[in-house]
Parts: sequence; C-alpha cells; structure tokens
Amino acid sequence: MYPILTKTKLNNNVEEMVIRAPYVARHCEPGQFIILRVDDEGERVPLTIAEYNREQGSVSIIYQVAGYTTRKLSEKNAGEAIADFVGPLGQPTELHPLERVIGIGGGVGAAPLYPQLRKLSEMGTSVDLILGARNKDLIILEEKFSKFCKNIYVTTDDGSYGTKGLVTEKLKALVEAGEKYDEVIAIGPVIMMKFVSLLTKTWNLKTNVSLNPIMVDGTGMCGGCRVTVGGQTKFACVDGPDFDGHQVDYDELMRRQGMYKSEEAHSCKVGLKSA
Amino acid sequence: MPPNMSPKKVPIPEQAPEERIKNFKEVALGYTPEQAKEEATRCLQCKTRPCVAGCPVNVGIPEFIKKVGEGDFEGASRILSSENCLPAVCGRVCPQETQCEVLCVRGKKGEPVAIGRLERFVADYAMENMPQVIPEIKKNGIKVAIAGGGPAGLTCAGELARLGYDVTIFEALHALGGVLMYGIPEFRLPKRLVAKEIATALNLGVKIEKNVIIGKSIKVDELFAEGFQAVFIGCGAGLPSFMKIEGENLNGVYSANEFLTRTNLMKAYDFPNVPTPVKIGKRVAVVGGGNVAMDAARTARRLGAEEVYIVYRRSETELPARVEEIHHAKEEGVIFQLLRNPVKILGKDGWVAAMECVEMELGEPDESGRRRPVVRKGSNFTFPVETVIIAIGGTPNPLIRQTTPGLETQKWGGIIVDEATMKTSKEGVYAGGDIVTGAATVILAMGAGKTAARAIHEALQKKMNVIS
Repeated sequence: MYPILTKTKLNNNVEEMVIRAPYVARHCEPGQFIILRVDDEGERVPLTIAEYNREQGSVSIIYQVAGYTTRKLSEKNAGEAIADFVGPLGQPTELHPLERVIGIGGGVGAAPLYPQLRKLSEMGTSVDLILGARNKDLIILEEKFSKFCKNIYVTTDDGSYGTKGLVTEKLKALVEAGEKYDEVIAIGPVIMMKFVSLLTKTWNLKTNVSLNPIMVDGTGMCGGCRVTVGGQTKFACVDGPDFDGHQVDYDELMRRQGMYKSEEAHSCKVGLKSA
Repeated sequence: MPPNMSPKKVPIPEQAPEERIKNFKEVALGYTPEQAKEEATRCLQCKTRPCVAGCPVNVGIPEFIKKVGEGDFEGASRILSSENCLPAVCGRVCPQETQCEVLCVRGKKGEPVAIGRLERFVADYAMENMPQVIPEIKKNGIKVAIAGGGPAGLTCAGELARLGYDVTIFEALHALGGVLMYGIPEFRLPKRLVAKEIATALNLGVKIEKNVIIGKSIKVDELFAEGFQAVFIGCGAGLPSFMKIEGENLNGVYSANEFLTRTNLMKAYDFPNVPTPVKIGKRVAVVGGGNVAMDAARTARRLGAEEVYIVYRRSETELPARVEEIHHAKEEGVIFQLLRNPVKILGKDGWVAAMECVEMELGEPDESGRRRPVVRKGSNFTFPVETVIIAIGGTPNPLIRQTTPGLETQKWGGIIVDEATMKTSKEGVYAGGDIVTGAATVILAMGAGKTAARAIHEALQKKMNVIS
C-alpha cells in the first residue's frame, strides 16, 4: 500500500496528493508518469508526476476529478493509502539550457508542465508561461509558477480571469509583438496541443507536447497507447509521453482517446449509484 | 494388478461448447478419483522412464502415477510437487503432447497415458485436501533478486528459497504470475487457482515487491549495490508486434496482449462490475495461429462476438497452437481462415469496419523448415469485421538491456545465456524464459528458472566459501 501523506484541493475540481512511493521518487524526472490503482478492484490509470522529494521518498500527483477512478481517488484522504502506485514510467523530458522558453499549460496540464519549467529555470533558461482554462476556478499552480517564471499570462474562455480567449491567441499576440522564444512546451487537452502546434509550425518554432492516451500496463506490453508520430507508430508509454508537437497525428489521438466514451459514461453512473 | 490396456485415455469431462461460450468458467472439469485411478493403471511403469526425459522440470512421472493408481493421492502429490512448484498450472497448460506424452510407450499403439490430466488431478486434490506443510529451512542470509514474477521467476525463487536463500521477487504489475495472470484466460486456467498455487510456492519466506520495474524503478547494478549477490531476469517477451499495415491504429484494433490483459487481469468480462472495459464487435478477426490467437478467439466468443475468425497465413498443419486448443476453438464455432494474410484494415468514422486479405499458397520451405507462404496475385478480398486482434507475437521489453551495461543480447533483443547455467554475459546475472527464447511455453520458462537456481546456488556457494 502507498500512504497518502497530504491532500490539497487546488480548486473545486482539481486536487493534489503527495504519496509515499520510494521506488518512484528515487529515479523519477520531469516528464515521467506513474500508474495507480486506488483499490484492489480498481482500474489502472496513468497520471503525470508533478513534483517529487527524493529524501522523503514521496511523489506528488495532480488530478482532475472527472471519471470513475479519479472520483474514487478523491474519496481517499491523508492518512489512508492506495493499493498500487508504479513508476517512474516513460522517458524523462529532454531538457537543455536555452535562452528563453514559453510553457503553455491548459487546465490540469499545468501540473506536468510545472517540473519541466522549473528544471529549465534551474538550468538558467528564462521561462515565460501561458496558463489557460475555461474559467478562473480551473487555473492552478499560478503561485508556484510565479516563483521562477518571468512573465505569466492567463487566459480564460469566459474572461473570468486574465484575458478572455484561447492560449493560442495569447501566444500569437506575444510572438507578433516581437517576443522571441527558442522553444514552446505545450501540455493540456489534445485539441489545445494540436492548435498550438499548428500555430508554431508556421513560425518553425520547436514545440514539445506530452501525450496522455489510454493505456493499461504502462510498460510497453499492451500497445493500447500507440500514437502516430512522424508517420510512425510509437508507444506513448515507452517512447514518450513527450513528442515533437509538429509530428503528432492529433486527430487519431483524439479518436483513440474516445474509444471507451460510452463505457466511461456507464461506469460513472454505476459509481454514482454506489456512492 | 495387470495394467489397463485400453487404447484410449479416460475422457476428461468438459463443459459442452454451447454452454461454455456463455461463461468464463473452466472448460475441462477434471477427473474424479475413480477416473484418475483408472487412467493411472494404463501406465506400464517402464524402467527406462522415457516420459521423464521429455519433462523440462524432471517430474517423476511413473512414480507419481503409480501412487495415483494405488489411490495414494497425497503420496502422488509429494512426488509431483518436489520437482514442480506449479503442478495445477502445468497440468492445464503444458503441451504434454510434445513433451512427456509424446514419448509414452502406450502412444505407439493408441493414445499415450494422460499424464497432464493426472498431474492436474493430483494438484487439485492436494490443493483441496492437503494441509500445506511448510518445511523447516535453514536460512543462509544470502540475498538473491528475481526480476519478473512469471513462471520462470516464480520457479527460480521457489527453488532458491528452499535452499535457504533470502529471495525477493520484483514484479512490474500489481499481481504476480505474469502470463498466467494477464495472458491465459480464466476458462483455461482459473486465476483463483493460480494465485493459490503461487502463494504455496512462495510461502518459504520469499519477499514480494509488486509495482517495481527493474530498469526503471531500480536498475540491476543498484540491486548489487544493495547487497543482492545474484540477479535472475525473467521478465518475459514483452512488447507486442503489429503488422505495420494500413488501418492498424483504428479504434477496435487490439494487440492480443491488450485484449487479454483487459479481459483476464483486469476482468473486463465483468464490466461494469469492474471499471476496466473491453470493446467487442459482432464480427472479430484474430490474426495469428498460436495459442495466444486461440485464447483471444475463444475469449471473443465468450464476450459475445457472433462470428470469430482466425486469420492465418499458412495451412492447418503449420498452426503453432496446441491441437487441443484448435479443437476447442472449432467446437466453440471459431472460423478458420487459413492461407489468408491481412493487407489492410478498413475503417468507417475511425472504427474498424472491414479487413482486406490476400490468399496465400505454400511454396518452398523457409529457414524455419516450414513451407513459405506466398501471395496469390490478385486474390484480394474484403470481409466485414468490427474488431481486429493482432496475435503475432512480440519482442523483448528493452528496459533491462538498455539500463544494464555489460548484458549481451541477440539482434532481436533476447538476452544471450549459456544454456547449461542460464548465466548471462554479466557477472552474477542470470536470465530465463521468454526474455531468452522469445515467446515459448510456461514449462520451458519454469525449466529455465530451475536450471538458473541450481547454477546460482553452485556459484554462490563457491563464492561464499572463498570469502569465508
């Protein structure tokens, strides 16, 4: 069992848990993920690592309470434990010191972005950030990012916080105003990563994305997480989850992510009944 | 008592095909004590014991069968389990017809003795009726690490624990058993029984670390740094192969690994009582002709598919699956599309809608000795399916070889070992099972685990004596 050390609500819908998992904490790097099962009957769900503490042997995960499993997880509290927690999985993000990088975090995608930008900043890279969400409530981690990000721009769909509009509009405005970036790291909903990549491709601006397809084991065994990158099939769990944003077939990815939509709706209802 | 000279095996009761395709319960129901005794008396008790030579773990076959014939099932179990730590598993999934039974003298005129069925009977009897005796073991305090809790690793761990070693198994998944848990279906190998047999095999004080991936969570060199004196790698054949044809990433295309893992390990057949779903169409094509393909096809039938096809590029004689599995699949209505090869999967709205195949014919023998399938030009045809399951094998997971300097591997990724000892090119590291051979059988993996355990024991005794 893996004890929950702390649990914090980041907003109405997003929570952070710090979990004691020494085997994960000892080697994990920004960009990697874990797979957990809440209890012995649970499904295996991948989540990106947000922070880690090697001395304490702990790892922090940030999740949006959205489906059957994240709701089960959300029912747990500090002092309790979850059944399984395995990792670190996937390849660490390849981070090199650069002049200037801009991160784009969409919704809960800000969580996996956080360790990547922090590490870049520690390497001496100047880091800017665009945080985007549907509304103010869904913006997370702004204060933590503000410790090392030079400029933070917030956009919301409804204008309840920051600029009203999409992250792509903000990025376009910045670049057209003459801001220069060596690289973009975009993590969020697939549709956001798709449109960021389409935009940055017109400028030939290198863009990294982190993908979160459906997977079972996370070690390369099932192949459920295959994505087409540069015309070739890759397994996101062992070859990724980070890829060159300009090479990813996002439409295929969105389609594959929807493979169990009807079943997900079903198990959510079942979960509600039992709750 | 003269031997029972019936040329036929005592038949094993089975669930009727029309009944069993509606459930996931075991197909074969096992012998009664009377049936077991009757079958056991067909054994001639040959002094030369040809059958034993065919067993990768050297079970004393005539000896345990003799006890069964005498009605001493406990005595039979003691003989069986002294050489085989997973007899209930092996009695069900070993290919006896190419190992022990093929060498049986009775097979020259009629059917061989049903060694597998008897093994299963004895193991099941022991599990139900015999209290487990935990032998007193003098611990030697020497630490050995096992990477992978499948058949190879479990056997190696059990053997070393019996010899007094302080053994830890590191398993990547949340359950031990490897292919026994995620791959082989419930109706062929009930998971309750696998779990129980594994628990028995390991209750000699073997430590279990689940959710630890060697090469990711901890590297082989770190294990040595933590005081482990030897490491056995038995982490399986790993990554599924795809055909690299158009349409393979459509929704509704599975690797057999994923399809079976969802259904077996995650119990998706019980969705929505469990949270993991699996998709099944009315019509399903399974590509491949091995045991895994048969398992996938029969699972698809049980999940409600009306038409299930096995698409295989050679003919029936070359099918690598066990005859018994092919027979069971046919009984369950699986349709064999032999000498057919898929060239394209066609989609509609992103989902599988049909499969395009070509007809094949057999040409000259290839390097495997089997006749090479050749495409018949212009023979393309299309048939409608909603689910495609690719069961054409896999390649070893690269995690360990990528993170273990000094470990030599074959071009295709398998770890190179000395077959007499299962020793790798790296000092103190041994390997066995599918990671060495490519996809093979449970019992060969167990045999490798046993060989490695003996070699590890010998090497460590030598090393410790030199030190002390």
